[in-house]
Amino acid sequence: MRMPISAAIGLIMTGAFFLAAIFAGVIAPYGMGEIVGGVWDPVSDKHWFGTDAIGRDMLTRMIYGGQTTIFVATAATALSFITGSILGFTAAVTGGWADQVLSRLVDLVMAIPSLILALVILSVTPVTLPVLILVIGLLDATRVFRLSRAVAVDITVMDYVEAARLRGEGWAWIIFREILPNALSPLVAELGLRFIFAVLFISTLSFLGLGVQPPLADWGGIVKENSAGLVYGIPAALIPAFAIAALAISVNLVADWVLGRTTSLKGGRG
Amino acid sequence: MSRSLLEISNLRIDATAYPPGEPPKTIVLVDGVSLTLEKGKVLGLIGESGAGKSTIGLASMAYGRGGARLTGGTITLNGREIRLADARALRSLRGREVTYVAQSAAAAFNPAIKLIDQVIETSLSHGIMDRAEAEARAVMLFGKLGLPNPETFGTRYPHQVSGGQLQRAMTAMALCPKPDLVVFDEPTTALDVTTQIDVLAAIKDAIRDTGVAALYITHDLAVVAQVADDILVLRHGKKVEYGPTEQIITAPGEAYTQALVSVRSIDHKEKAPAEAVLSVKAVTARYKGTNFDVLKAITIDLPAGQTLAVVGESGSGKSTLARAITGLLPPSKGEITFAGRKLSPQLSGRSRDDLREIQMIYQMADTAMNPRQTVGTIIGRPLEFYFGLRGEAKRKRIQELLDQIEMGSGYIDRYPAELSGGQKQRVCIARALAAKPKLIICDEVTSALDPLVADGILKLLLNLQAVEHVAYLFITHDLATVRAISDRIAVMYRGEVVRYGQKSDVLAPPFDDYTDLLLSSVPEMQLGWLEQVLKHRKMESAGN
Repeated sequence: MRMPISAAIGLIMTGAFFLAAIFAGVIAPYGMGEIVGGVWDPVSDKHWFGTDAIGRDMLTRMIYGGQTTIFVATAATALSFITGSILGFTAAVTGGWADQVLSRLVDLVMAIPSLILALVILSVTPVTLPVLILVIGLLDATRVFRLSRAVAVDITVMDYVEAARLRGEGWAWIIFREILPNALSPLVAELGLRFIFAVLFISTLSFLGLGVQPPLADWGGIVKENSAGLVYGIPAALIPAFAIAALAISVNLVADWVLGRTTSLKGGRG
Repeated sequence: MSRSLLEISNLRIDATAYPPGEPPKTIVLVDGVSLTLEKGKVLGLIGESGAGKSTIGLASMAYGRGGARLTGGTITLNGREIRLADARALRSLRGREVTYVAQSAAAAFNPAIKLIDQVIETSLSHGIMDRAEAEARAVMLFGKLGLPNPETFGTRYPHQVSGGQLQRAMTAMALCPKPDLVVFDEPTTALDVTTQIDVLAAIKDAIRDTGVAALYITHDLAVVAQVADDILVLRHGKKVEYGPTEQIITAPGEAYTQALVSVRSIDHKEKAPAEAVLSVKAVTARYKGTNFDVLKAITIDLPAGQTLAVVGESGSGKSTLARAITGLLPPSKGEITFAGRKLSPQLSGRSRDDLREIQMIYQMADTAMNPRQTVGTIIGRPLEFYFGLRGEAKRKRIQELLDQIEMGSGYIDRYPAELSGGQKQRVCIARALAAKPKLIICDEVTSALDPLVADGILKLLLNLQAVEHVAYLFITHDLATVRAISDRIAVMYRGEVVRYGQKSDVLAPPFDDYTDLLLSSVPEMQLGWLEQVLKHRKMESAGN
């Protein structure tokens, strides 16, 4: 099947973002913390995006910042999907007490705004990358839990799941072979959305000073470092904002396409 | 102007299909069908699913459902050509000259509006009569259709009346604006067998009394034979045979029509009683959170290699009995013995052999197979799970099983969505057989299939029983199927077995009231059957 143009654009852009993140050390023109110019130098052929508040090259900062942001968001999304969907499917398949306990626990966590909860947790724990990933991942997992449980509840009442139970299959087969393949489409759609929320979440935390700590760069942190310049008409703080928007759009273009493909699979759920 | 009310000639209906990964293509739903309907007559449209009968029915009001386009031929209603009529003309015609009765009344009524307001809606919106007149006519029609308390019936909401009553209310809705033509689209298919003939009789009387013409669409030739003057047999969107009802039933010309007429004529000799492989003793069961027993002290025996048919209408507890036997609903009292050992009431307490030797086939083959697994995986899993077969040995056995269900090994890598309804059910049978069971529970396995396909499945099940010596617990509401396949019969009514024994005993008089009702409710392929039955019935069906 031919790939639609929107998906191709999304794929190229997402790919560019990820490649830039992976090979940051190779493609960045300067060192991450190297001061190479004046304060907020304008765009020039030496500094494509200008320089930042203390004279570091913005392009270099963006590339290294993207590396941190994308890495944290990817790891957090993976964590949230693994824990959220496995717990969600288990709750749907076992039902009864296990389902009640898990669901009410998730309700409890969701009742507290996740940003506030994250700020509280991060203010009492050392702010390192693993802790950040864990906090964002587990908070996001509540959403994934809700979705995967709702999808799986629909599937567990199907006769083929009953047939598997009557055959004597264990829960692992039922979850991974009977339910997961049929729940994939909504989960893939959610994956794109969750990834972007994770990017926004880590950026917000960094902007508030409780996310990625200097000297490491990340997009939220770059906005924070350069926000003072906005008053003087210096656009440096807007560059990471555009990067976040571009990544969000391109990831979702890909997610849309994957969703379209998986639903038109033979016998896919519509 | 001719005398005929509706004249369709050389009708062609197209639709566009969008197969994934391929350019859109045009498919022909109906091709070159012609029919004539005179005032006050009933024409039966009959055929299997996909034959185009509903599509033709809707075409009589120049409507194409879900992207169907009326691309050729002429549709003349009351002397006017309507195929190419504009929206305005069609709007004044639909609901005034032609009305429609859908298959599922429960889905067609708005649950938030009282019945009477829905019944008279079209009459008012077309300005045919004023409110008082319309309500009086609706009450008159309720009475004519045999609905209880016709004066107050309309004040109820759709969920407050039974399915059979709702279907009759819908007929009243269609007849209220005094149309010239009513299209009945499988009006009794979704109803219980005992309710079906009451609704059928009510519709027939109403058609006769109001002098309206009707297109009656169904897949059941025996049903249409009771109401229609003429029958048009369709297949794959083309005419097979068109003639008076009597000729179609008694002297069908085409091979396909002959097959339809002689359906359900499988001959199965009852086997002598033998030692039981399954005995259910005084089993009582209820669902969690309810306060009444769905099964009340059920006691039945099923001899090895034989078939026990469990018959009854919806809600009689047939499927619950299957759930109790499989362990999905542990009984509160009683015990189940299988192959000489006592079965644990809970599923979790059963050994792997217990699970393997009791297999199940479901009504809806679509939901009984994981749409993301291939036929090979579906049939292969029990082989792998119970017998540890892998690789080449497994593939060989899958091929044997596919041969047994009369499907080639070419199907091994197909997905369920690529199979026809009958093939899907065959794959489910193969999956059950793969476990080498002693008992297969068949839960309404032919109910969702077209008559000819269902016949094929029944024949296959009988052949397999002869070869594999497997016992069937055959749950069904269709007595014709029971006659065709069973050795023993248990008739269930409201959670109890009201009649039980060898087939010849159960089906021989004297009957208890319920069995009589059930037996007399199966439409027979003969003219005037409906009138005969209604005359000698002893009991009203529960759906009234």
